[in-house]
Formats: sequence, C-alpha cells, structure tokens
Amino acid sequence: MDTPIVAVRNLCKTYRMGEMDVHALRDVTLDIRPAEFVAISGASGSGKSTFMNILGCLDVPTSGSYLLDGREVQKLTRDELSLVRNRKLGFVFQSFNLLSRTTALENVELPLLYRRDVTAKDVRARAEASLQAVGLGERVLHHPNQLSGGQQQRVAIARSMVNDPVLILADEPTGNLDTRSSIEIIGLFQGLNRRGITVVLVTHETDIAAFATRQVVFKDGRVIRDEVNGSPLDAAKELARLPKPEAVA
Amino acid sequence: MKFSALLLIAFRSLARNKLRSVLTMLGIIIGVAAVIAMLSVGQGAKSSVESSIASMGTNVLTVFPGAGGTGGVRSDAGTTSRFTEDDVEAIRKEAEAVRYITPTARMSAQVKFGGQNWRTSVYGAYPEYLQIRSWNLASGSPYSAAEERGAAKVCLMGKTVVKNLFGDSTSPVGQTIRIKNLPFRVIGVLEEKGQGSFGQDQDDIIVAPYSTVQKKIVGGTYAQNMFASAVSEPAIAEASAQIDEILRRRFHFGVGDLPDFTIRTQTELAQAMGSVSSTLTVLLSSIAAISLLVGGIGIMNIMLVSVTERTREIGIRLAVGANGRDILLQFLVEAVTISFCGGLIGVALGVGASSLLSSLQGWAVKLSPVSILIAFAFSAATGIFFGWYPARKAARLNPIDALRFE
Ligand SMILES: Nc1ncnc2c1ncn2[C@@H]1O[C@H](COP(=O)(O)OP(=O)(O)OP(=O)(O)O)[C@@H](O)[C@H]1O
Ligand SMILES: [Mg+2]
Repeated sequence: MDTPIVAVRNLCKTYRMGEMDVHALRDVTLDIRPAEFVAISGASGSGKSTFMNILGCLDVPTSGSYLLDGREVQKLTRDELSLVRNRKLGFVFQSFNLLSRTTALENVELPLLYRRDVTAKDVRARAEASLQAVGLGERVLHHPNQLSGGQQQRVAIARSMVNDPVLILADEPTGNLDTRSSIEIIGLFQGLNRRGITVVLVTHETDIAAFATRQVVFKDGRVIRDEVNGSPLDAAKELARLPKPEAVA
Repeated sequence: MKFSALLLIAFRSLARNKLRSVLTMLGIIIGVAAVIAMLSVGQGAKSSVESSIASMGTNVLTVFPGAGGTGGVRSDAGTTSRFTEDDVEAIRKEAEAVRYITPTARMSAQVKFGGQNWRTSVYGAYPEYLQIRSWNLASGSPYSAAEERGAAKVCLMGKTVVKNLFGDSTSPVGQTIRIKNLPFRVIGVLEEKGQGSFGQDQDDIIVAPYSTVQKKIVGGTYAQNMFASAVSEPAIAEASAQIDEILRRRFHFGVGDLPDFTIRTQTELAQAMGSVSSTLTVLLSSIAAISLLVGGIGIMNIMLVSVTERTREIGIRLAVGANGRDILLQFLVEAVTISFCGGLIGVALGVGASSLLSSLQGWAVKLSPVSILIAFAFSAATGIFFGWYPARKAARLNPIDALRFE
C-alpha cells in the first residue's frame, strides 16, 4: 500500500484546567492513506475537534508523533507550519470562518495571497475557478452575510481547495445545515476525494458518515472503532432521491 | 502578501471605523503641525533676525551709560550719562580697532511743514553715523563735517516722516521744516530700512548734526550714547576692549571695578534676539514631542483594541497559511497608515499655522521641502514605534487560540 498521508502514533492531548487535567486525546494511533475519505464520529467531548486541530497543524499535541506526508510536524518551526497549512492542507470549519465584509471571491483568494509564486491574474482566475467548482460562479461578489449557510460553507470549501491541498479537513461542515444542503456539501467532498484528495470529516450524523469510505469512532479520547465502508453512498444519487425543494439552497 | 494588498486591508479597516481613526490621528496631526510650524518659524525668525541685525549696520558697538546687566538691551532711562565729545575724540584717536564713532543725542519732537504736523525721533549724530549704520541716501546729500562743527540747521529725513509731512507728491529736499519751531533745511532723504529688531519703524526718524541737536533741541551737555563700528567683524571684541580700557581710564575705574557704562556689541544683540526665537522653537518642539508621544500612545491603544477585535480574523489568516511576518506587517501597515494620514493633515495644518504666525509676526515663511520630509519621517516613525508592540502581539497568536477567541 501507499505511504500514509497521516501517520499518528500514541497521540495525547491534555488540557490543564486549574488543578484538573482534561485528557482530550489518550494514545491515539491512526494511519490515513492517500485518497481515503474518513468520517470521524463520536459523542460530544470525545476529542474529535482536538484531533482535527492537531491534524490541521493549528494545535500541537502534548505527546506522541504526527507525520504529515512523511514530515514530522513537531520539528517544524512556526513559519514552516504556516507553509504546510498553506500548501498541503485545507480546513473547513463548522462555523465557516469566512472574513466578513469581504467578498466571496476575496475570501477564496486569501490562501493564494499568502504565497509569492502566484501572479495577481492567476490568483483571480484560480479563485473564480474554485468558486465555479462549488457552484457559486454567480455569487463571487457577495459578502458572507448576503449568502445562506450552505452557500457560505461552499465558499469555505472553495477556499480550502484553491491551493490544491493533499488533505482536506472538515470539522462538522454540515453541523449548521439542513439535510439537502448537507448532502450537497458532502457531494462536493466526494468530488474532491475522487480527484485524489484525502478527506477527513467529522460528523455527528450516521447518515453523513455513510458517504465515507472509512468510519472512525472516538470515545473519551480514544479510537474505539475503525472500519472500512465497502459500499459508501453516492451524494448525487441520494440527492436525486430527495423530494424536490421549492428553492435551491 | 503584497504591499498593495496590505495597504488595501489597512484602508478598509480604517474606513470601517472612520470617527475612531480620525480621533486616533488627532495627536499626530497636532504633533506634525507643531513640527512644521516650529521648523518654519525657526527658519523665518532666524532670517528676520539676521536681516534686522544687518539693518543695524555693520560691526556695530553701542556704549550706554549705566552699569550693564546681562540679557536684553537695557534702556538708558534713570541713569545719567557722562559721555562728552572729548571721550569720543579720545576713543577715535586711541582705539585702533574702531573705525567710526559718534556721540548720539535723541529726542522726540514735533516737526511741522506747511499745515502738516508729525511727532518723530530727532537724532543728533556725527556724519559718520550713516557709515556706521551703512545707511545710504535715497536723494540729496549728507551733511558735512563743517556743518557738524558749525551746528548747521540741516537734517536728513526718514521715509515715514517724508510720507507724513510731504505726502508722495513733493520732494522734501531743499524745503525748510520746523523742529520745535526752529527752521531746518532738509538736505537728504534716507533710504527705507523697514522694521527694526523690535518691530519699531526705523524710518520714523530725522537725523541732524550732533552739535545742532545737542545745543538747540536737547539742550544738554552729555551724549546719551556712543555709537561706533569696528574695523572688521573679528575686530569687534578688540574694539570693545579698547573702548572699555579708554573709558575706564578717563572715568577712573580700576580693572576689577564695575564701571558706570556698558558696551554692547552687535553679536550680543544678535544673541539676545536669537534667544527670543529659540525660546519659541523650544516651546514648539516640546508641543511637537508631547503630542507625537500622546498620538503614538493613542495609536498603540487603538491598535491593541483592533488586534483584540480581530483575533478571529487573525486566526483565519493563520489557518489559511499566513505566517507571523504577514500578520505583523498587516498591523504595522495599518498603524503607519494612521500616523501617515495624520501626518498629511498635520502638514497642511502646520503650513496654515506657520503662515498665520508669520503674518502676525511679520516674519517670512520659510517652508522647505526638507521640513515637510522631516515631519513625515516623524509621523511614520511614530507609527512604526507605537504600532510595533500591538502588531507583534497579533503575530505571536497561536492559530487555534485565535480561532477559538470569542
Ligand atoms: N481549549 C480547551 N481547554 C480545555 N479543555 C478543552 C479545550 N478544548 C477542548 N477541551 C476539552 O477536551 C475534550 C475534547 O474536546 P473536543 O472539542 O475535541 O470534543 P469534540 O469531540 O469535538 O466534541 P463536539 O462533538 O461537541 O464538538 C472536551 O472534554 C473539552 O472540554
Ligand atoms: Mg468538535
């Protein structure tokens, strides 16, 4: 098999809250191979977000090792981590985390602006193509507060994919959306996954996890189940089965 | 991130809180305006002092009666003079560093011509007076040594007196005027000198032979002052020492005694006047320094607020790949934009203020591009200095802490 994109060994994360230690992650060991579509689920407080933040190089573990695409993350400097987040990773949050008072296009352009090797013309073209791919080609000049939740999450996905990352991490991207928008968003992730991008997605809902090729379940900071889903659902087919909505999200 | 993009972010963020941005700029505006005013007033005062010193004459020394104090020019009121023409003669003979010397007698008097009346200063002095003050005649001719000896009733007239007695039409040369009811023939008109060092009108004057004024107008025996010029600028100090030595001897003062006369040189006068303008410069520069400091602290304060308000934004930027330097620059550019805009408004205000000051003081505005450059440099430096700490604080945030910030 291929070398793993993510190789996590004995990962622990402990938060100190005054006198008490909160063990958010206890000894997590996990490999994720290229082009996998992993769904992580588990009860609230089981450590899913903590795990995702470490995978996304936004946070550091208390102990254990994490190899991203063959590189040991603990050894990277702050600036190198910024570079990794910029080039290899795409992050999608439950609360969208778009810059308000900034157009959809500018939000998507943001990761490109932090690299020196893309010309202004390319920045615009790539951001537009990215928005086109998530079906928002018509809304490039709208501000986040002029878009629905589903549309805002599409902007966030367009932003996460604009730098051609190897790994996209999504922490409950459908948590704030209705069923139809959720499946549409999942469809976008499936599309990215079929292009070879590894996707790790956190979800509370088992019907959403059913779209993934692998299901991992967390409990009290540990992985309690990890199984391959031989027959993942297809978002396009599921959408067709849903009753027609009055207005498209 | 490109500089133009950083500038755009800065302008948008400032435009979002317009009132706040303008209030933050206020300190810088006042500071820079003060810098500009200071530099141009300083320059203007310097050149006006220079020109008024020059109008006094070249290498001039004045001998006053009375013990000299330090500081400004003292008046001779309340002290009686013992200077005689013999003293003047002694100095002329013995002091080699002195080129010209004259006793002076001055009195304020009513002068009349036809139906016109004017009160002016009548100055009695030797013909050398004109050389000492490097004062030329606009028309006519000066009085001679013979006229001086003979106490001739002739006089030279300043432009202001001419204007008031004769108007612009008739030429005064050859006319006879009455000073204290005595007839004087006008033989020359003095060139215009303009305002003096203390704002007085130097052209409001009549100059006549010393003997005439002393005997027929003042009615005294002693000269009020002595007025001399040194042979050259470096010789001023020597001339002063020689006059001192001669007068001490004639008035019987020992070397260590405090004499009852004072010698002032042009250099000392220049220093006295220079100190007025340097007081003003110190005042303005402390206003500038204090308001730049207060303005800088205001910028620091607002930038700290801005960093806190935008913690989530910083988190988002870090999450998509901004590094510490990008964030640092973003906030630094914002701080400098505030101070630079403040600087721009301040320069405009400073130019206005200094031209107002100059029109009130009668000083020429000397606004050099260098002083504007200095003002901008100051405002930019303030922005960088006081913007640095908040910007560094932003740059050091952890991505996850910034994203979680509520
Ligand atoms: N910054 C923090 N400081 C202290 N404790 C924390 C912090 N972040 C998370 N925790 C704790 O770590 C544990 C795991 O939290 P985490 O957010 O990873 O859970 P989660 O599985 O994502 O839950 P949810 O499904 O509700 O999002 C929880 O007990 C939480 O209280
Ligand atoms: Mg969570």
